[in-house]
Amino acid sequence: MASNDAEFKSGFWGWLNMRMPVEKFFREQLLEYYAPKNFNVWYFFGSLALLTLVMQLFSGIFLTMFYKVGDTTAFDSVEFIMREVDYGWLIRYSHSVGASAFFLVIYLHMFRALMYGSYKAPRELLWLFGMFIYLALMAEAFMGYVLPWGNMSYWAAQVIINLFSTIPAIGPGLVEWIRGDYGVADATLNRFFSLHVVAIPLILLLLVALHLVALRQVGSNNPDGIEIKERRGSDGKPLDGIPFHPYYTVKDIVGVGVFLTLFAVVAFFVPTFGGLFMEEANFEPANPLSTPDPIAPSWYFTPYYAILRAVPNQRLGALLLLLAVLAFFFLPWLDRSPVKSVRYRGWWFRGFLALFTVSFLALMYLGLKPATGSYVTAARVFAIGYFAFFLLMPWYSRWDRLKPVPQRVTFHG
Amino acid sequence: MGKFLGIAALLLLFAPQLPAAPAEKIAEAVAAPLDWEAWHADNEVSNIASLQRGARNFSNYCVGCHSMKYLRYSRLASDLKIPTAQLKANLLADGATPADYIEASVAPQDAVAWFGKQPPDLSLIARSRGPDKLYKFLKTFYVDPTRPTRTNNLVLDAVAMPAVLSDLEGVKEAVFRNVEVVADGRSTIQKRFDHFVTVAAGQLSAPQFDAFVRDTVNFLDYAGEPAQVDRRSIGVWVVLFLLVFTWFAWLLKKEYWKDVH
Repeated sequence: MASNDAEFKSGFWGWLNMRMPVEKFFREQLLEYYAPKNFNVWYFFGSLALLTLVMQLFSGIFLTMFYKVGDTTAFDSVEFIMREVDYGWLIRYSHSVGASAFFLVIYLHMFRALMYGSYKAPRELLWLFGMFIYLALMAEAFMGYVLPWGNMSYWAAQVIINLFSTIPAIGPGLVEWIRGDYGVADATLNRFFSLHVVAIPLILLLLVALHLVALRQVGSNNPDGIEIKERRGSDGKPLDGIPFHPYYTVKDIVGVGVFLTLFAVVAFFVPTFGGLFMEEANFEPANPLSTPDPIAPSWYFTPYYAILRAVPNQRLGALLLLLAVLAFFFLPWLDRSPVKSVRYRGWWFRGFLALFTVSFLALMYLGLKPATGSYVTAARVFAIGYFAFFLLMPWYSRWDRLKPVPQRVTFHG
Repeated sequence: MGKFLGIAALLLLFAPQLPAAPAEKIAEAVAAPLDWEAWHADNEVSNIASLQRGARNFSNYCVGCHSMKYLRYSRLASDLKIPTAQLKANLLADGATPADYIEASVAPQDAVAWFGKQPPDLSLIARSRGPDKLYKFLKTFYVDPTRPTRTNNLVLDAVAMPAVLSDLEGVKEAVFRNVEVVADGRSTIQKRFDHFVTVAAGQLSAPQFDAFVRDTVNFLDYAGEPAQVDRRSIGVWVVLFLLVFTWFAWLLKKEYWKDVH
């Protein structure tokens, strides 16, 4: 990349700059975009999410070249990819492991925001775009899961689409409209394919662009939760900021290396991850007459699935599932603390954040287990823990005894 | 037509071997029951010789009824290092070419008429059930006069498949014992499997039969994902490359970050 002034003004770059704001873009987005210099390991997950998105688009394009949508062809074409397409197994495993990696990265990215208060003012809109990305990603993952048309694909579609039937009055009609048939069928598969490869990726790309524009406007938060723009040197540059390029580009490449190494270990050696990334039941073709036991969604949906099943009334369960997802949207306004980072908050917030984390992980585990006996009881307890984090936040976030927030960023470890 | 007669003959072969046994035997011995649920296939998909034997077993005992519709003979031959001449002489079905997918000999409608259902395709059976379960399945057939096939199975109760390996393994009877189970404060007597008794010896000794099943399961495991050996060997190099890449990236980062703080 051209990095000095002379290069931008003559030759190819000069020609290009006359016609497009290339230099302006590089300057504003990379060379003169100042990021806090105290990012810790939690700050790798933003760039890794972007990498995962690109990897999914790339492997998805190649899968689409060989995948044949249709209830009589989909399953066979996936096996064709796995067996007869050159390195088809690698493309498919990259895509299936990539889906799980995407959620893992996004969950860690979101947890970072919870710890350091990255959703708080002035980053509310940044957070909201992020949450819309999360919603779009859930839709994308669910529809992609249906495409191989294995038996778990079929039944997952059956269960998830039926959630909409709990909506009063319009429910049953809406479910039929979504499926395009009286049951999950060829029409459903075809429209999910269309949405999965065209509509939702477009929405995702737009939302990611908006997320980044909003990030550039307000600047990154940091583990201390202080605004580096408020302390500037005589040259007008933030004292605690360093140019994104080259500092964070070279640092993020290290993160990419570690991530890709772990990714390759999974994709090459344990691609099904013991049935967690690819279920055994999905190696049987879709069969409306044989229900897999148990029906469990992919691991990244299980916290919500556990909440759904913890409620005896299906309509109420579906409502709580919806609220469990939507609760994240309200965080910027639920949190009344003057301090962003967990480092300078008191034990109230720390306790509730720990409660939320334990509840989320426990629900994730319980969603993979049958909904019987003590599993249901446990799911109810942890669902209360999950919602308590959000619902009580306006109070406990104010009760905290805060520690003094430093003026300049600090370094730990 | 000759093919169907052959299968009918095969079916007749094991039917008379089963002696009329009492419906069930109840054990009185206190010895520890046979812990078949803890068995493992312990198969090695990288063992080509075992896969070759497994392919032979599949061809002799399975393909009469079960297809393997996602695997071509030619792929099998090249992966398992089987020369084309040998493939044609021993494995290829009548009228099939090496580029064909492996089809069952029996016509689907006949299979339904004889067994009540079409025998499942085995291309992905090791992926949907796991090698351990297949191993246990093939080793736990026993005489059960109440069943139409006069055999039953511990893994899949009331299975439609007859004990096709009984000429090799011999004929086993299952001995059950009554166990008192207390649940929700109520005590019930339940029938539990205890051990097998061999009532007619087969052509193979117990270790030989065990190896036979292991090879067969190994072949099914291979067929579930023919690329898996390649996948692991390529994976080693990819991971090594990425480790070196990460190390260099780390050095680069350290160099750049010297002047920060």
